Amino acid sequence: MSALQLAAYTTSTGEAFQFWVLGTFAVIGALCTVLMRKAVHSALCLAGTMIILAVFYLANGAYFLGIVQIVVYTGAIMMLFLFVVMLVGVTAADSLKETIKGQRWLALACGVGFGVLLFAGIGNAALTEFAGTGRANANGNVEGLAALIFTKYVFAFEVTGALLITAAVGAMVLTHRERTERARTQREMAEQRIREGRHIPPLPAPGVYARHNAVDVAGLLPDGTPSELTVNKTLRERGQIRDVSAEALNDLRALEQRAAERLERTAIEPATFKRPEEASK
Amino acid sequence: MNPVNYLYLAALLFTIGATGVLIRRNAIVVFMCVELMLNACNLAFVVFSRMHGNLDGQIIAFFTMVVAAAEVVVGLAIIVSLFRTRHSASVDDASLMKL
Amino acid sequence: MDNLIALLIAAPLLGAAVLLVGGRRLDAVGHWIGTLLSTTSFVLGLVLFAGLLGKDAENRTLTQHLWTWIPVGGFQADVTFRLDQLSMTFVLLITGVGSLIHLYSVGYMEHDERRRRFFGYLNLFLAAMLLLVLADNYLLLYVGWEGVGLASYLLIGFWQHKPSAATAAKKAFLVNRVGDMGLSIAIMLMFTTFGSFAFGPVLSHTGDTSEGRLTAIGLMLLLAACGKSAQVPLQSWLGDAMEGPTPVSALIHAATMVTAGVYLIVRSGAIFNAAPDAQLAVTVVGAVTLIFGAIVGCAKDDIKKALAGSTMSQIGYMVLAAGLGPIGYVFAIMHLVTHGFFKAGLFLGAGSVMHGMNDEVDMRKYGALRTYMPITFVTFGLGYLAIIGFPFLSGFYSKDAIIEAAFAKGGTQGWILGGVALLGAAITAFYMTRVMLMTFFGEKRWQPDAQGHEPHPHESPKTMTIPMIVLAVGSVFAGFFFHLGDRFLHWLEPVTGHSEGDSPIGATTITGATLVCLVVGVGIAWARYGRKPVPVVAPRGSLLTRAARRDLLQDDFNHVVLVRGGEHLTRSLVYVDHTLVDGVVNGTAAGVGGLSGRLRRVQNGFARSYAVSMFGGAALLVAATLLMRAV
Repeated sequence: MSALQLAAYTTSTGEAFQFWVLGTFAVIGALCTVLMRKAVHSALCLAGTMIILAVFYLANGAYFLGIVQIVVYTGAIMMLFLFVVMLVGVTAADSLKETIKGQRWLALACGVGFGVLLFAGIGNAALTEFAGTGRANANGNVEGLAALIFTKYVFAFEVTGALLITAAVGAMVLTHRERTERARTQREMAEQRIREGRHIPPLPAPGVYARHNAVDVAGLLPDGTPSELTVNKTLRERGQIRDVSAEALNDLRALEQRAAERLERTAIEPATFKRPEEASK
Repeated sequence: MNPVNYLYLAALLFTIGATGVLIRRNAIVVFMCVELMLNACNLAFVVFSRMHGNLDGQIIAFFTMVVAAAEVVVGLAIIVSLFRTRHSASVDDASLMKL
Repeated sequence: MDNLIALLIAAPLLGAAVLLVGGRRLDAVGHWIGTLLSTTSFVLGLVLFAGLLGKDAENRTLTQHLWTWIPVGGFQADVTFRLDQLSMTFVLLITGVGSLIHLYSVGYMEHDERRRRFFGYLNLFLAAMLLLVLADNYLLLYVGWEGVGLASYLLIGFWQHKPSAATAAKKAFLVNRVGDMGLSIAIMLMFTTFGSFAFGPVLSHTGDTSEGRLTAIGLMLLLAACGKSAQVPLQSWLGDAMEGPTPVSALIHAATMVTAGVYLIVRSGAIFNAAPDAQLAVTVVGAVTLIFGAIVGCAKDDIKKALAGSTMSQIGYMVLAAGLGPIGYVFAIMHLVTHGFFKAGLFLGAGSVMHGMNDEVDMRKYGALRTYMPITFVTFGLGYLAIIGFPFLSGFYSKDAIIEAAFAKGGTQGWILGGVALLGAAITAFYMTRVMLMTFFGEKRWQPDAQGHEPHPHESPKTMTIPMIVLAVGSVFAGFFFHLGDRFLHWLEPVTGHSEGDSPIGATTITGATLVCLVVGVGIAWARYGRKPVPVVAPRGSLLTRAARRDLLQDDFNHVVLVRGGEHLTRSLVYVDHTLVDGVVNGTAAGVGGLSGRLRRVQNGFARSYAVSMFGGAALLVAATLLMRAV
């Protein structure tokens, strides 16, 4: 009974410590992935879980997979996700309100039932003997994998390559839009605008507000009403127009607060605060 | 600690991922949950590899990653084209089964 | 000679065909054609009768096979006629009385523009009735049975412009259908039991058949007889049938057709002899109807309805006698024949009175008619004496014989039946005396009608009086003639059989008791209607009187029990149909529809819903796998 074999049955205390700590975080990360309202937060949590999983791969002797998990999965695939999230709208938050009747309860019931069954299955299986990857990794993990991939699994490997290429072509076909007509020049667009006669001058500029990047604030028309036309179309469609009508009052309130603290006037007469027009008289 | 605990963890992550697929409406998050499920499977494969003392499990996990990559590429392309036509990434919006 | 039998039927049938198909050009002579053919039939009957008399008593059964009617494997129905002493008696009664009534109708219907049609119907009736009594099997009898029902319907409703007549015709037809159902069921039972329905095989094999079946057949035959002969509980149609012309009431609803039930029971005597329970039922029906009809007859002011009640009661006597078995068969038929004479005579007399009184039927508006129509008075009076059983007149012999036979039944039954028959005799004497007194005696009570026409009572024409005279002669002498040397008994015995019962009391005593009852009945009637003037407007009367005026609530009973019951049954059936049958059908449809609706909701197009199903399915698969391993 070598130490190698013994290590297969139980793990070292260090690994156990690592499992319990990182495992907890992995579960938290997974839960956050599911429960976060914003897609970008979900993506970040998932990335964290994947990195933890990469650590677990390493601990289980799958060194190559651990690295691939970090480089390819977390580094490439998750970034792809993030790109799409950007495209759709980073700050867009999903409503967590369920619209399909009973869906949430059914999903939870199925999930719990399935989990219980899996646990029961694992518990029932005779999984006490672990051979350990020591002998398999004797010549190095990467070499061992390479030997298997290019001998035993070579056909699967080739087919997977074909699959990847197909996927790449498919993605391009799906997202590519054939332009059926020549792109219009600026001159032609201006002429069309004049012909239609809707917005002969350029669109109005967005509102300006000193403390913020003001692209998302609707500018005021001469009569004082905010015009949504002044906000970029993308922001408009995402519903990301900021309403600043209350800003001035909030600022005034904050100013009063600070002044009161400064002057140590503990009790402020609410009447004067609430009726500034009377106070000014 | 018995390494079988890794399997319990994998089962837990898989279940969480599956439930997420059923609960979330944002197609991107749904995809992320699918990825979570695939990762849970990969973890199980890696543990099985350790259990049996050979590298076949790791090979399968490797292939899984490749397939997952392909799937993500196509899936995200679909999401993008859906978003273009509908201005929404909600899977429920596609309930009429047509664009 | 056998070949003449078919001609008996053919003559009136030809008459009916000629008169009904011939159309208006026969209007002038139609009534004479009808009368001639009816008389032809009667003469043929006399010839055959003479022929039968020339033979031995045992060989007096003639048969004539015309053709095979329905030859289907074991089911064989022949058109065969059978003329024996029983049929012969009926043939003579039917054609004889029928011819007289034809003659009478010539005068009675003189002013009716549809007289030709009336004679056509009368001839049709004669043909059907002859077919009924001459048939050699029950199926052919059934044809005649239905034929007389049809003729009865047509003749009751002859004055179809009167709604009451049309209703009465429908009522008679419907009530008769109930009885006809009984006969058809009896015939089916006979076929399944005996494999035949010819009289010969059926009536000769009663010995080796279970009593239960015979009782069932007997009860069904009794139901048929009840329908046709207006016996309780199917009696309600007879009173209303008086809506028909009076000759019809005389011929069909007094003398002949209504006695068909008695004929059926006597003809099927072998079956009843072997089924004592059915026989008992027959006697009970007879006894109940006897009293029922008599009570109704006491209360009616309509002369024809009073006579109808009397008819019902007298047929009750016959049925009672027929139920007594071989003791009573001969007397039932004897009473039937004498009744045919005197009741036809009474009805013709009533018709004569109405003829002279502008068709007034209310006896309270008659009175003192004896001086105005003497012939009618005398003939009616003789019929009256005959029916109440005045000594040495027809009714005396035949009714007395029945009362004796009832006592001869023996035991408690005998006492009860005999007592009922005696009571019936007393009531008969009462109500017939009442009719007599109210019509012909007392003061004249008639008044001008709404148009101011005062009736001028007058004697009827000769065509009407001659039949009345002939029938009166029959009423007086027929009983004595039959009784002398037990002629009628010897004549019928080979067919019906006869046995002397052992009466607990002597014949003389019974005759004496009958006469006492007669005197009592007449006396009471005299006290109430002879000594005191008869009020023109009917007094309110006792509860029984009022009930009897409403025919002892027979129609109310039918309405409550049958009509309402039928309505309730129908309504509950409709309810069952709506809730159960439609419920099952609609429920299945709604269930499928609802299920489809639910299933459709599963196909909501939401990918996540489908994913739940997949996930749930996967969970189930895992569970199944684990379970299989656990097992």
